[in-house]
Amino acid sequence: MKNFITRLAATAVAVVSLTAAAQAFDPGATECIAPANPGGGWDFTCRQVGKTLQDLKLVPGTMQVTNMAGGGGGVAYAEVINKRNDANNLIIAASSATSTRLAQGAYPGNTMDQVRWVASVGADYGIIAVAKDSAINTLPELMEMIKADPSSVSIAGGSAVGGWDHLKVLMAAKKAGIEDVRTIKYVAFDGGGEAVTQLLGGSVQAFTGDASEAKGFVDSGDIKVLAVLAPERLEGDFASFPTAKEQGIDVIGANWRGFYAPGGSSDEAYDYWVNAIGTVYDSAEWKDIMAQNGLAPLNLRGADFQAFVADSVASITDISKEIGLIH
Amino acid sequence: MDTLSALADGFSIALTFQNLGLALIGCFLGTIIGALPGLGPSNGVAILIPLAFTLGLPATPALILLTSVYYGAMYGGRISSILLNIPGDEPALMTTLDGYPMARKGMAGEALALSGIASFVGAFFATWGLVFLAPQLVKVALLFGPAEYFALFALAFATLGGIASKNQAKAALAAGLGLGIAMIGVDGQTGVPRFTFGEVHLYDGIDFLVAIVGLFALSEVFIFLEHRGTTKATGDASGIKLGRLTPPLSMLKQTAPTMARSTVLGFIAGVLPGAGASLGSFISYSVEKRLVDKNNTFGTGDPRGVAAPEAGNNAAAGGALVPMLALGVPGSGTTAVLLAMLLALNITPGPLLFTNNPDVVWGLIAALFIGNVMLLVMNIPMVSLFVRVLLVPPRYLMPAVAMISFVGIYGISGSTFDLMVMVFFGLLGWILRKLDVPLVPIILGVLLGNQMEANMRRAMTISDGDWSALFASPLSIGLWLFAFFGFILPIVAGRFFRPKFPRTDSEADPD
Repeated sequence: MKNFITRLAATAVAVVSLTAAAQAFDPGATECIAPANPGGGWDFTCRQVGKTLQDLKLVPGTMQVTNMAGGGGGVAYAEVINKRNDANNLIIAASSATSTRLAQGAYPGNTMDQVRWVASVGADYGIIAVAKDSAINTLPELMEMIKADPSSVSIAGGSAVGGWDHLKVLMAAKKAGIEDVRTIKYVAFDGGGEAVTQLLGGSVQAFTGDASEAKGFVDSGDIKVLAVLAPERLEGDFASFPTAKEQGIDVIGANWRGFYAPGGSSDEAYDYWVNAIGTVYDSAEWKDIMAQNGLAPLNLRGADFQAFVADSVASITDISKEIGLIH
Repeated sequence: MDTLSALADGFSIALTFQNLGLALIGCFLGTIIGALPGLGPSNGVAILIPLAFTLGLPATPALILLTSVYYGAMYGGRISSILLNIPGDEPALMTTLDGYPMARKGMAGEALALSGIASFVGAFFATWGLVFLAPQLVKVALLFGPAEYFALFALAFATLGGIASKNQAKAALAAGLGLGIAMIGVDGQTGVPRFTFGEVHLYDGIDFLVAIVGLFALSEVFIFLEHRGTTKATGDASGIKLGRLTPPLSMLKQTAPTMARSTVLGFIAGVLPGAGASLGSFISYSVEKRLVDKNNTFGTGDPRGVAAPEAGNNAAAGGALVPMLALGVPGSGTTAVLLAMLLALNITPGPLLFTNNPDVVWGLIAALFIGNVMLLVMNIPMVSLFVRVLLVPPRYLMPAVAMISFVGIYGISGSTFDLMVMVFFGLLGWILRKLDVPLVPIILGVLLGNQMEANMRRAMTISDGDWSALFASPLSIGLWLFAFFGFILPIVAGRFFRPKFPRTDSEADPD
């Protein structure tokens, strides 16, 4: 009975919001959920985009940021689907970590098509690096070494096994012709900084991470970047480093940042958010923020973004099955 | 003396009216945040980041504000440890062991003032360490690979014996329980969820703040409820003596060597990115106990047992800034938040930070000195204010403790699930107290267990499962020897000496 009433109420709300939305969508009091504690990447995405939306007068007043940590974003994902499925004034920060966990079933019972993917606001491209005095100079050389003796190379990264830093290496290895990617030794550390430290200390032979987290060590010359996993060379400090593609290993590892909206939000609201985030992306203010935070361009909106996320979920599912993370 | 002239420049940056004001606000807020159970330094800093952005502060003032909060919270954590036996944050855990018994003995004022001074000593000398040794110390951090970290944590657990209980078996049981709790969550080495029962809220594991607040604060409330109407439980206010507000000179003299040793140990633990302030205060306490506890007074209100963890954890806070600034690697949860802040301000921490942004680094270091002196000056007179908490009758105090616990935990995570976990830990704490099982080793197990396991498995991955890798470097062999003797000596020595000590005061047992 209670369930029935809830549903009735939800339908009523949906009907009301639909009629309201029929006359051009008016966002009202907007909210952004950051599925993590303050200070992290998702929190940053919400706050910076919220501030820019406000500065460009795309939302009335300020955008409220709600921190909802837990389950690597799974708590917020479930909350949105179960309780706020038809909220029109809500967006939620997401990144490649979200799609990775969706692909691996780490949000129990939830899938990517239960929400609407709005747009990306940039990406942090992956790099593969070695210590400055390493004998290895190119990505194919590293891959040859792994092929010859997988136990001779330990690769450190800042994410858990099966996380993004790990998957990037595996995808590169597959493209380089390594058949059994399970033999690759990946060592998980708490964050990219710790992983780089272990590279400098000599405990491991290679490092996989994002361009922004390695920047300090690249500038100081302590590490040697073998390849950037971007479609073309990055601008600025990383311009001198070749992409993996240039070296014949066609792999792209983009740690994207973006947003999704509740699955039951109206088309008008969805279009409104796609446009609003798009306008933020095009603004000069956002270009500055991207430059400051090591974000490279990745401009996908609406249907394109939806397709992109679906694509990456599919490829992550494949590789995770292959290494036995999921069955 | 390049360093000194750079530091002088730093002072000229930090000593503006606005920066001093920010440091004052930061120290004050930090002390309060640290004292409130559930709110630790890392939450305090994280909560204030939006404020720094909203005020549109440039890099140096923003860092001054946030590091003042950081140092302030490290000071403040001890207040509730000493007065209420509830650690205000995780590094203040060890301070409950002797601080609370001191307060029970009517020496609350001395304990607070002494811990304030010990905090100052630890933080002050750690900041000098940061000034002169940062570049060299970075090399020390690089010596620690996964195998060495594992040995370090093994050392910590090996010296655990007898720290919090007269009954070794109960202490071991408690540590085991803590280790078990630490295993909950997604395993980083395989991505497999463990002990989560398909509950997504448990995927990130149990937040140790939730565990601390439940075990210490809520269980205290439950004990009070159980004994309500009787005056036996938490004592009636009229009988409590507050003690002097300044420690006698003899006490300072007695604790001076302890402070010196603990500062060094804490600082080193802070410098190691995988260790942090909790390990700093823990190692400081256990080493002091081994070295100077001739009469078995630690745990019964020995001033040295207050000075050691406080000097240790504040020195560790300073030490943790070394890898953060020089490597961009956070040595603790708080420095992780500070690091995110630096990145958001477009400052890249790392090997070049000292060269590229000297104004930020030296301004920050100067601000640490200023904040430290400010905290000492602010804290000593406030002792008389703090101790009055003890005069509040428990029937008013305990509901306030319960309220702060719930609001604090909900404020961090915004999750009602965490509140239920906290209540569960409250009940667990209540039962364990009835069984006379010490609570401190549980938290140590939760705090250190994950890191210990992760490092062992990293070492195993790198060595292809060859166990000898754990004893491969001179550093790890040294650590293992310390761990071995730290574990064996008290047992062997105890056979010969311990029975001679009279077991007098079982009621002074901290738990």
